[in-house]
Amino acid sequence: MSESTGVIHDIGYQRYSGPRLGRGAVFGALYLHGLRTVFGFGRSAKAKIFPWLVVGIVIVVAAVVAAVRSQLGQVVMTYAQFADTMSWLIIFFVAVAAPELVSRDLRSGVLPLYFSRPLARSDYPLAKLLSLVTALWLLLGGPQLVMFLGAAFTIEEGPRGVWNELLDLLPGLLYAGLWAAVFGVIGLLVAALTGKRAFAAGGIVAVFLMTTPIVGILAILPSQTINELAFLASPMTMVNGVGTWALGDLLFERGGGLPIGGFGPLYAFTAVLLVAGCVVLLLARYRKVATR
Amino acid sequence: MALIATESLTKTYRGGVTALADLTVVVETGIVGLVGANGAGKSTLIKILLGLLPPTKGQVRVLGLDPITQPDQVRARVGYMPEHEALPPDLTAAELVTHLGRVSGLPRTVARERASEALRHVGLYEERYRPVGGYSTGMKQRVKLAQALVHDPDLLLLDEPTNGLDPAGRDAMLALIHRIGTEFGISVLVCSHLLGEVERICDTLVAIDGGRLLRADRIDAMTSATDILAVEVSEGIEELAARLAALRLPVRRDGRLLLVELADDDTYDQILGAVAELDLPLHRLDQRRHRVAELFATREPSHV
Repeated sequence: MSESTGVIHDIGYQRYSGPRLGRGAVFGALYLHGLRTVFGFGRSAKAKIFPWLVVGIVIVVAAVVAAVRSQLGQVVMTYAQFADTMSWLIIFFVAVAAPELVSRDLRSGVLPLYFSRPLARSDYPLAKLLSLVTALWLLLGGPQLVMFLGAAFTIEEGPRGVWNELLDLLPGLLYAGLWAAVFGVIGLLVAALTGKRAFAAGGIVAVFLMTTPIVGILAILPSQTINELAFLASPMTMVNGVGTWALGDLLFERGGGLPIGGFGPLYAFTAVLLVAGCVVLLLARYRKVATR
Repeated sequence: MALIATESLTKTYRGGVTALADLTVVVETGIVGLVGANGAGKSTLIKILLGLLPPTKGQVRVLGLDPITQPDQVRARVGYMPEHEALPPDLTAAELVTHLGRVSGLPRTVARERASEALRHVGLYEERYRPVGGYSTGMKQRVKLAQALVHDPDLLLLDEPTNGLDPAGRDAMLALIHRIGTEFGISVLVCSHLLGEVERICDTLVAIDGGRLLRADRIDAMTSATDILAVEVSEGIEELAARLAALRLPVRRDGRLLLVELADDDTYDQILGAVAELDLPLHRLDQRRHRVAELFATREPSHV
């Protein structure tokens, strides 16, 4: 870098005596690489199609919602409702992104190249998890910001109205974070079990969609307690349950929402437990993989 | 300081398979060949050196560090090239090697520069911007070597680097390893099941079999004073043998060849003189190195 003579010399092999960065920087490098991978950066044009199609859809929906609200004064969906509505799209996004992040590395045998470097064994899965959760949160939260900007610039009550709008937005972003964490951790755990991308994608979709009928069966059993706990059986309805309890009318029309009775805190606790449990399993999985 | 030192290193896998048995060996810097048949324990030893597997018993030091208690310090100074396919097909070589450089702790711009340099040193130029999936086996092996070099290690651990290569590719890879060991100032441990291959480039040879040490020595110590000259004449072989014996040269007959121990350069002159005096048609006169394999062959029975 220091020479500017414009002549290329073959200077042979150069030893490196500069700084070697610590654990934080290495974790950051893995995290950013994961985030780039999810959105197809640094990969073929083909790998960019699906992620950006999804990005396009969520942005367009948000823009339409914002436009309808500013033109007709009608709130089509709240910030939190946006996250709920988009969840089906996010399943497919996870089914493509999670195998891309971990199954590919399992299959190609690249993991020995990571674990022979000064990288803590837990940092690899945690960095990948954080990139996936960030990507999902951006997908669900970013469009909410579009809706917020649309509202903020057309609102009539002035600064006070913008402030109220912001108070509506923040729970929406937190709720998007819950969706991102639950989707991300389950998706990554399933994908980390197999090196075959198709199997991983199928497994992820199955976990989210196949559990819904169980909810349906439990919800019609002749016991009110079981009915009210039924929504714990599927990750999607479980997140809805937490939303019903925590957000109330930000998410559902007055009196709407899931009939979870007084079990709201249990739903929130289960969600935390689910995420924590999946993280533990993920770490255990990579402790085993690293020694191979 | 020894490059690698082990003391009664033993590794027994769950299920009772013993991969390494009481292995004590000390090697100095340079190019070290680790030879042994498949299943001799070479890969297990490498994984222990990297701190990926804990030994069942015994001590191990790599560059003076203990890979069991200081795995990160060891791995920061060691580059590893695995035996098997290890490259994600849809990344370009430049992208992959840069990324792995950053995982080794290089700052972003340094990682990019050193990745280009490492790929250039292994002979990959414009190809590095193409996805690895389309590479030939030889090119993939070079990328694997480049990623082991990117963070400027003090020691390279190469597990069967010539695997899957054609003869020309093997020679090129061995020449490259030799260059890294001599010109780059990086010590290299080369694993191979082909003794004939590594003995060409190594300073030191370590042979293991069934997890036990067969022999570890500098290669010049193994081959010194064993060089012999092979002389072939199309007729008069008896006369020449008698004449050489009269010159007090230790000579021995081997089929149509006469084998003469090479004492110094005068031996050549004496043989040529003898051939000229007898006026015999000389077919060939060449120096023959004792194959290292023969040295092992004579030792092996004591261990079997």
